[in-house]
Amino acid sequence: MSLTADQIRQVAHLARLELKPEQVEKYARELSNILDMVGQLARADTGSTQPMAHPLDMAQRLRPDAVTEADRREAFQAHAPKVQEGLYIVPKVIE
Amino acid sequence: MHTFSIKQLGEGLRARKFSSRELTQHFLKRIEQHDGKLNSFVTVCADGALKAADRADALLAKGSGGPLAGIPLAQKDIFCTEGVKTACGSRMLDRFIAPYDATIVTRLKDAGTVMLGKCNMDEFAMGSSNETSWFGPVKNPWDLTRVPGGSSGGSVAAVAAGLAPIATGTDTGGSIRQPAALTNLTGIKPTYGRVSRYGMIAFASSLDQAGVLARTAEDCAPVLQAMAGFDPLDSTSVDRPVPDYASALAAPVKGLRIGLPKEYFAEGLDPGTRDCVMAAVKKFQELGATVHDVSLPNSPLSVPTYYVVAPAEASSNLARFDGVRYGHRAEGVKTLEELYKRSRGEGFGAEVQRRIMIGTYVLSHGYYDAYYLKAQKVRRLICDDFKRAFEKVDVVLGPTAQNVAFKLGDKTSDPVAMYLNDIYTIAANLAGIPAMSLPGGFVNGLPVGVQLMGNYFDEARLLNVAHQYQQATDWHARRPKEFA
Repeated sequence: MSLTADQIRQVAHLARLELKPEQVEKYARELSNILDMVGQLARADTGSTQPMAHPLDMAQRLRPDAVTEADRREAFQAHAPKVQEGLYIVPKVIE
Repeated sequence: MHTFSIKQLGEGLRARKFSSRELTQHFLKRIEQHDGKLNSFVTVCADGALKAADRADALLAKGSGGPLAGIPLAQKDIFCTEGVKTACGSRMLDRFIAPYDATIVTRLKDAGTVMLGKCNMDEFAMGSSNETSWFGPVKNPWDLTRVPGGSSGGSVAAVAAGLAPIATGTDTGGSIRQPAALTNLTGIKPTYGRVSRYGMIAFASSLDQAGVLARTAEDCAPVLQAMAGFDPLDSTSVDRPVPDYASALAAPVKGLRIGLPKEYFAEGLDPGTRDCVMAAVKKFQELGATVHDVSLPNSPLSVPTYYVVAPAEASSNLARFDGVRYGHRAEGVKTLEELYKRSRGEGFGAEVQRRIMIGTYVLSHGYYDAYYLKAQKVRRLICDDFKRAFEKVDVVLGPTAQNVAFKLGDKTSDPVAMYLNDIYTIAANLAGIPAMSLPGGFVNGLPVGVQLMGNYFDEARLLNVAHQYQQATDWHARRPKEFA
C-alpha cells in the first residue's frame, strides 16, 4: 500500500499536523511500510465475527445526573497558554 | 539499603534500624551519583520526597502504616502528579504542571510511599526502546550502549540500577513487560479495568493499563494491592473485589497446568532466549507443574491488529493537544488552524506523528471498514484463542521478547522493525488479560525475561507462580556491576 506525498499532506491536514516539506517524503515511505505490514489483516477470515471494541465487552457505566465535581477552573486555567476572564484566547476565528 | 526487598525495608523501618528520611536520602544520593549515566529521571522531587518521608516516619513512630509506609518509589511520567511537572516524554507537555493527582498516585501516597521523582519514557508511551523521549534516551544499566526497552524505560532503569526500589509503569502493547525483560526486573500488567486510568495520560484507551516494576513478584504484590480496585472516576474501571495478593504468594505450584503456545517458539525467537525460557519450563516441572502444548493460531496477526487499533485510539486521544488549554503553543500564529497545526507539528516527535497519521488514515472515510473494523474483528479472534487456551491450562508461558537488549540507534530508522519488539506482548493487551515478565536468565551477560499470561483477574495466581519460581531460582537477585 503505497501512500503518495499528496495523501500524506491530506492525512496531516485531517490530523492538524504541520509537516515540513522534507518530512513529507520520509513519512510517505514509512507509513507505506507500516500499511504494508498491517495489510496482513486482509488475510484473516473474520466472516461472521463481531468487532471487539472493549476487552471485557463492557457497556458504558452510567451514574445519576447530579453534580459531583467541584469548580476548579482557576487551578486548571493557571497552566493555560493564554486566558482572559475565564476564556481561552486564540487567534480570531470569525472575520 | 538499595539491595533490600520491600519486606526487608519495611522490617528495617518498623524496627527503627533506619528512618524513611534516611532511606529516602540514600536513594536521592544514588540518583544524584548515577542518573547522569542513565537519564532515567526527568524530574527529581527531593523536597517533596523528604516531606513525605517525614510524614511516614511520624506514622511509623506511632506503630501504624502498612507494608509500603515510608518506602520510596518512582512514578512513570505519564501519571498526573499535582504540583509536579508531568511531561509524558514530550515537548508538548514539557512545561505542564499537573493540577491534580492520578488515582494511582493518590492511592500510593495514602499507602505511605515516598515519591522520589518522575521517570523518563517514550513519548506518549509510544515506543519499545525509550529512544523517542523529548528528554533524551534512557540507557540500560546492564550495558550503557543498549536500550532499556520501552516505553517504561526510565522506570526500569531506575529500579535495575538501585535508584528506586519500585516504580510504576504502564503497558499498552508491552511497555511494562518488555523493558522488565531487558533489565532483569519483574513487571506486571494487570487485567484491563483492574487499575484506574484516571489521571494517566491516555494513549490507547482500550489497551492502556497501569502496573508495577520491581525486583520480584513479592515486591510487586503490595504495590499492586495499593493500586488496584474500582474507581468511579474511571468509567472503564471494573467493580470487582481485589484479593489479598501477598497471602496468595505462598501456595505451591504442584498441579499447575502451564500452556506453551507453539506460535511463540517459532522463527524469529533468538536461540539463547529460547533456551532460557525452556530452562524455566523445566524448573516449573521440577516444582510439580505440568506442561501442555496450546495453540494461539491468530498470534501472527497481533502486531498488525495492534498497529491499527492503537494508533486509531491515539489519534483520537491526542486530539486534545491543540495549544489552546494546556501544553505547547506555537508562537506568532495568525489563524486558529495555524495554531493547531504548528503547535502539534512542533510539540509532537516523529513517532507520535507517525502513529497519529496512521490512526487518522485507518479511521477515515473509505478506509474504516478495511482497516479499523477489520482489526476489531481480528482482535476478537485473538481474544477467543486465549479463552480456548484457558479451558485447558491455568497460565500460558513464553518469551517476553525475541532477543536481549539491542544497541541504541539499531532500530530507530525502521519503524516496523521497532514494532516487532512487541510481538509476544501485544496479544495480552488486545485480549485484556493480565501478564507478567520475570527474570529468566542471561545471554552474553544480558537479561532474558520469561512471560506469564493469565486468565481475566487472575493476578493473584500470576504473582504466586512467579514467586514460587523466584524461590527456586536467583536470576532476579543479580544486579548490574556498575550500579551494585
